[in-house]
Amino acid sequence: MIRAQSLTKVYGDFAAVDSIDFHVEQGESFGILGPNGAGKSTTMRMLGATLQRTSGDLSILGRDPSRDGPTIRAHLGVVPQQDNLDTELTVSENLYTYGRYFGLPRAYLHARIDELLAFAQLEDKREAKVDALSGGMKRRLTIARGLVNEPTILLLDEPTTGLDPQARHVLWDRLFRLKEAGVTLVVTTHYMDEAEQLCDRLVVMDAGRIVAEGSPLGLIREHSSREVVEVRFGSDRNAEVAGQLDGIGERREVLPDRILVYTDAGEADLQAIVARGFMPMTSLVRRASLEDVFLRLTGRSLADE
Amino acid sequence: MTTSTGLASRPARHSAWRGALRVTEYRLRNMWKWRNSIIAFGLGNPVLFLASVGLGVGLLVDQNSGGVDGVPYLVFLAPALLAAAAIQSGQDEVTFPTLAGFIWQKLFFAMRATSLTGAQIADGVLLAAAVRVVFTTAAYWLVLLLFGAVEWTTALPLVATSTYAGVCWAALMLAISANVTNEDGFLAFTWRLVIMPMFLFSGTFYPLSSLPLALQWIGWISPLWHATQLGRWLSYGMPLEPWQAAVSVAYLLAMGVLGLVVARRRFERRLTA
Repeated sequence: MIRAQSLTKVYGDFAAVDSIDFHVEQGESFGILGPNGAGKSTTMRMLGATLQRTSGDLSILGRDPSRDGPTIRAHLGVVPQQDNLDTELTVSENLYTYGRYFGLPRAYLHARIDELLAFAQLEDKREAKVDALSGGMKRRLTIARGLVNEPTILLLDEPTTGLDPQARHVLWDRLFRLKEAGVTLVVTTHYMDEAEQLCDRLVVMDAGRIVAEGSPLGLIREHSSREVVEVRFGSDRNAEVAGQLDGIGERREVLPDRILVYTDAGEADLQAIVARGFMPMTSLVRRASLEDVFLRLTGRSLADE
Repeated sequence: MTTSTGLASRPARHSAWRGALRVTEYRLRNMWKWRNSIIAFGLGNPVLFLASVGLGVGLLVDQNSGGVDGVPYLVFLAPALLAAAAIQSGQDEVTFPTLAGFIWQKLFFAMRATSLTGAQIADGVLLAAAVRVVFTTAAYWLVLLLFGAVEWTTALPLVATSTYAGVCWAALMLAISANVTNEDGFLAFTWRLVIMPMFLFSGTFYPLSSLPLALQWIGWISPLWHATQLGRWLSYGMPLEPWQAAVSVAYLLAMGVLGLVVARRRFERRLTA
């Protein structure tokens, strides 16, 4: 479906995307995880054939986007980071006009719009103006719009950023259905839970480079312990306490607001910390997540922006 | 919910013209939402202008000097007003959509994510503006006819020359709007410092030769003056050498071609940067 080799995008002397390699297979749900500014959106726009690469090879659906852009785009669905819906048109008009841009016939679109409104759970908003929709509804409409041409690949750039938790879950459910229907998904996100929920396989990007690749579970296994103990002693004491925890857990990480102890036996290690006479203000034992993978690989937290 | 996995299920792309027509179709649909103001502006503007300037000033001029160019003042004025309306409506219909497309709603970026190209989007916006110009000019001409400012035989030549100028100007403004990155004051600037001076100094209300020579250049570079010259020549037979008419036609054409060429390139560049 997608094959990138040494894919690079340079702005001036800044490499937004710095020689990355990856591939996406048919029916796969592929994630690009990384903090803001990692090069995710730049990569996404190159995949969407709306941004020329500086160098490297890129093949989408077997074609080169710098030569066959319109042909490739005819088979892509694009959900940009910011909804660029037409706020002067109604919900169904947005779907209709967008379908017309692909040259799709009117009769096809009328039937397709019914399907898409049902899929996006916007049937009763058909004649509503876009301005009147909630953030989650706008997002679902943008996704429905991206599906109007029955795309082979759907590109989603930060699909749930800015949505409340309930709206995110509705959206994930919709995307899951697409995945089940065999649509190839490419998703960028800086939410680890989103990546864990949606992606079969993902790459972790940082500063324009891919720093890791694998399945969510595989990455966690490879780069983190099974469990993590989070303890807080107050921002002025965390570093001091961390220095006296030698021998507890496999590895420790000091963040400004907390200490992370990587271990395979969380409860036992928490007790060991307390046994040394350190009473944390709050403590938590949890399973390791992609957040920990990212921290391990880059030394920074995903939420550090 | 149906999905496809094969590449061949949908038409892969359409020809350049058909792509542009899809954009035009969208633009007309959007304009339809504004139909009341477009119609009110299209008819109200000429009625107000003809009633005050045409009839009021016309009476004064005709009584004192027996008209201009040997025809009543209203007849002299009509081709200029018509061309001005064409130019202004053309400008409206490229500046607002272009700012909305690139800046306000970023609609062009959504279009460019489909199989459309930047050049098709530029063409489509201009073509829709041309439809609006034809409509405005035709409506204006009808009002002129009702006021007795034009003969019915002038329908084709006057509407054609005005539309021609309006579309050529719109092409130039399309290219300029496509370069606007910070819209602060752009629209106000173009109206106050381009459209208004053009309207006032293009031999609209009196022959350009009545102006001091130092100001006549404004008319020479003004698409309005060239369109007005052509209109006056074709409607009431104002003396004009054929070569002068040819220069006016060519000048407007050059403006339109240059505008569209630059706009197409600028659209594609900006949407893929």
